[in-house]
Amino acid sequence: MSNSINIGNVVKKYGELTIIPNLSVQIKNGEFFTLLGPSGCGKTTLLRMIAGFNSIEGGEIKFDDMIINNISAHKRNIGMVFQNYAIFPHLTVRQNVEYGLKIRKIPKAEMKKKVDEILETVKISDYQDRLPEKLSGGQQQRVALARAIVIHPSVLLMDEPLSNLDAKLRVEMRSAIRDAQKKVGITTVYVTHDQEEALAISDRIAVMNQGVIQQVGTPEEIYARPNNVFVSTFIGHSNLFYGKVGRDSNSTYVEFTNGYKILLDNLSQDCKAGMKVIISVRPEEFSIANDGLKVKIKNRTFLGKHTNYELDFSDSMIIPNQPSIEYSQDLGQSTKTYEAGEMLSLKPNAYKINVFTEDGQKSLIKGCD
Amino acid sequence: MEKKKHFKVDFWFVITLVIVIVFALFLVYPLFSLFANGFKDADTQTFTMNNFLKFFQKKYYYRTLWHSFLVTTCTTILAVGIGAPLAYFTTVYKVKCKGLIDILIILSMLSPPFIGAYSWIVLGGRSGVITKFFASTFGIETPSVYGFGGILLVLTLKLYPYIYLYTKGALKKVDASLGEAAESLGCSSVRKVATIILPLITPTILAGSLLVFMNALADFGTPMLIGEGYTVMPVLIYNEFISELGGKANFAAALAVILVIITGIMFLAQKYVVNKKSFTMSSLRPIQAKRLRGGKNILLHIGIFIVVFLSIIPQVTVIYTSFKVTKGSMFAKGFSLKSYQSIFGDLGKPILNTYKFGLIAIISIILLAMFIAYITTRKKSWLTNIIDSITMFPYIIPGSVLGITLLLAFNKKPMLLSGTAVIMIIAFVVRRLPYTLRSSAAILYQISPSMEEAGISLGDSPLKTFFKVTAVMMLPGVMSGAILSWITIINELSASVILYTGNTKTMSVAIYTEVIRASYGTAAALASILTLTTIISLLIFFKISGKKEISI
Repeated sequence: MSNSINIGNVVKKYGELTIIPNLSVQIKNGEFFTLLGPSGCGKTTLLRMIAGFNSIEGGEIKFDDMIINNISAHKRNIGMVFQNYAIFPHLTVRQNVEYGLKIRKIPKAEMKKKVDEILETVKISDYQDRLPEKLSGGQQQRVALARAIVIHPSVLLMDEPLSNLDAKLRVEMRSAIRDAQKKVGITTVYVTHDQEEALAISDRIAVMNQGVIQQVGTPEEIYARPNNVFVSTFIGHSNLFYGKVGRDSNSTYVEFTNGYKILLDNLSQDCKAGMKVIISVRPEEFSIANDGLKVKIKNRTFLGKHTNYELDFSDSMIIPNQPSIEYSQDLGQSTKTYEAGEMLSLKPNAYKINVFTEDGQKSLIKGCD
Repeated sequence: MEKKKHFKVDFWFVITLVIVIVFALFLVYPLFSLFANGFKDADTQTFTMNNFLKFFQKKYYYRTLWHSFLVTTCTTILAVGIGAPLAYFTTVYKVKCKGLIDILIILSMLSPPFIGAYSWIVLGGRSGVITKFFASTFGIETPSVYGFGGILLVLTLKLYPYIYLYTKGALKKVDASLGEAAESLGCSSVRKVATIILPLITPTILAGSLLVFMNALADFGTPMLIGEGYTVMPVLIYNEFISELGGKANFAAALAVILVIITGIMFLAQKYVVNKKSFTMSSLRPIQAKRLRGGKNILLHIGIFIVVFLSIIPQVTVIYTSFKVTKGSMFAKGFSLKSYQSIFGDLGKPILNTYKFGLIAIISIILLAMFIAYITTRKKSWLTNIIDSITMFPYIIPGSVLGITLLLAFNKKPMLLSGTAVIMIIAFVVRRLPYTLRSSAAILYQISPSMEEAGISLGDSPLKTFFKVTAVMMLPGVMSGAILSWITIINELSASVILYTGNTKTMSVAIYTEVIRASYGTAAALASILTLTTIISLLIFFKISGKKEISI
């Protein structure tokens, strides 16, 4: 049966090098939980610690209430899908799926029923007698998934399972994985560096960077109210501006360096008047309005659903070293498009934008601390 | 307008023709005359099956076939038993001095097997060091090193490295995630090896064992020196040929035909196994070596060091004894450089010959291999397909058979080559071409034809482009095979021992004749020089290629 995973203060070291300094997170029974982060952030390391392929240098990992630190991988009852699928090349599709059941000494008849069922679920019954090398990447992926699920593991672990597939297949497979997971109702830990994939597939996401969890939340929470600048720029695009907090008798606002002000009623108590902050505005959180920020268009890119304008703000207004400052115009709603060189007047949406401390480490929006 | 496809007369067509002629002359024609001779009566020169009947009727003859089979089969089993576990343990567990171990294993594989036989005679023979020590100290008689057991010992220690290197290569291709996948499905580590790792490397081990089988079957030097009464096929062929010389060599030819048929079958079986049963595996993350702790770790190291020590004993013995004072055939107390003085005096010629013939042969091999590899992969036609098939012949012709074959073919005018340096060089080229050819073809498959097209599109002629672009890019691959060709050329015995004359003697032949004459000191000095040459060649190759391994 499926169970929760409780990770408490775990530490991972390779010799002197600390990969994960101190990490705690609770993964609920039956949920689809994603570890998301740039490469080298420690997400795969953490997954392999849960699997039992990496040692744990400190803290503990529990399946429900049972500490599994010292249980070897083959006794943890996990199902794992590998980045390169790790299909046994000398066994047919069916034999691959049967492998774990044979080890569990499942009676023949029952094994046949289980295998038939799972092959049907992941839609590979037609290929069951083929050797893996005759299969496409997507089909191999399905075999890997079937092989991991059929043993009814306590937890299902997936290490970037879609990264070797092309874009279209990736979208198709991610719903296949999601469907299969919901059907079996199994606790799943999924590792990816692809934020779109993470947003689409997960119940909850943990964003990781340099071995530290930056934020845990639903895809909506993480996108709308990121905890810090790292999360806000890693998930989707965010334009970062210098700003400072201001207070009137009955209102609070943030002020850009050129004096433009936005009234905000959701700033946290920590905000003092005059405090320097970072204002984070997503490209779609701008709208064209007369009382907006005046800015020249540097460049534009037509993308079908919308048009992206690269904006030419002065260096004194924006945080340095950003890839670009963008406004994304929703073409379904607008009647006029603009050319490079034209001036725009853009108004940030006060209900959507985020404000962070000057060092970018903390959100100053109410309820995000 | 539809034209029939003609061969365009260009540089490559000329090359193709030249190669066809070379092959026809030095491979097809000699082999044909061998078969023809085998079916001829020695006196009347008419067609007969009597040569074969004679072999299968007399126990004295046909038992050699049984001997060969027995010794070869046992060698193969032992070689797998040693080589495969050694490869597995050194891959899965961290082992100290890994680089040194690999080099020593490669070295023991690449030195001539008769050096092994010779050293074990010096150590455990009738008047050997170990034999005497046990007899005088404990009064115990040590088991004889001659005969079946001796051949088995020497051949196993010489041939298990093939299995070791093959298995190691296969294990490198097994992705670590396969083992982890098995574990994640609840598989214990013993079961993991049995159900996943072993099946994946079995085709490779099988291919390797067939290679060992053919090598053991074809080996001449070892059973000749240490076999004594235990005669195997190659020794019988040699003896019959030598004793028939002057007369007609029809019976020896018939024996050679039998041997070629057997090795041919083994070769086809090996090809079949490699093609049918191998899995295409590529590993992004090879298996990581783990550190074993405590007693297990010590046991592991002891086991590995014993094997490596045993296989390097011949080299150590040879070098040690080369500095000993000799009295007749015996080694006496004290050290001297006398053995070296005598080889640089009287026996200087074989040393010079070895390098001279070897260099000419290796240059011919490199040129031939590059051209053949190119035409058989890039200029495919029925003609190049035939060439491709003929290049397989050397694999199935044991050295002693090749020697006889060439002698039979070139012993009368207008093609009188016997006794010349040319026939020695031809033998070297034919025997050792496959190593370089295979590595050249392999690298050519990795070079995109568009490289050459790019050169041509920029206005260079196809020929110039070949030399300036393709040939240069091929070089690393060519060299990795050429190093093997070179080392096996300078160590070649079984063909040379049939083809040599006083003027064309090489080092390995000289060692052999010195051992037969019981001049162990000079034999040891010569063998030391040969071993040193092998080591230096290997080190230069490692240095240039930046690799620490060779591909077999």
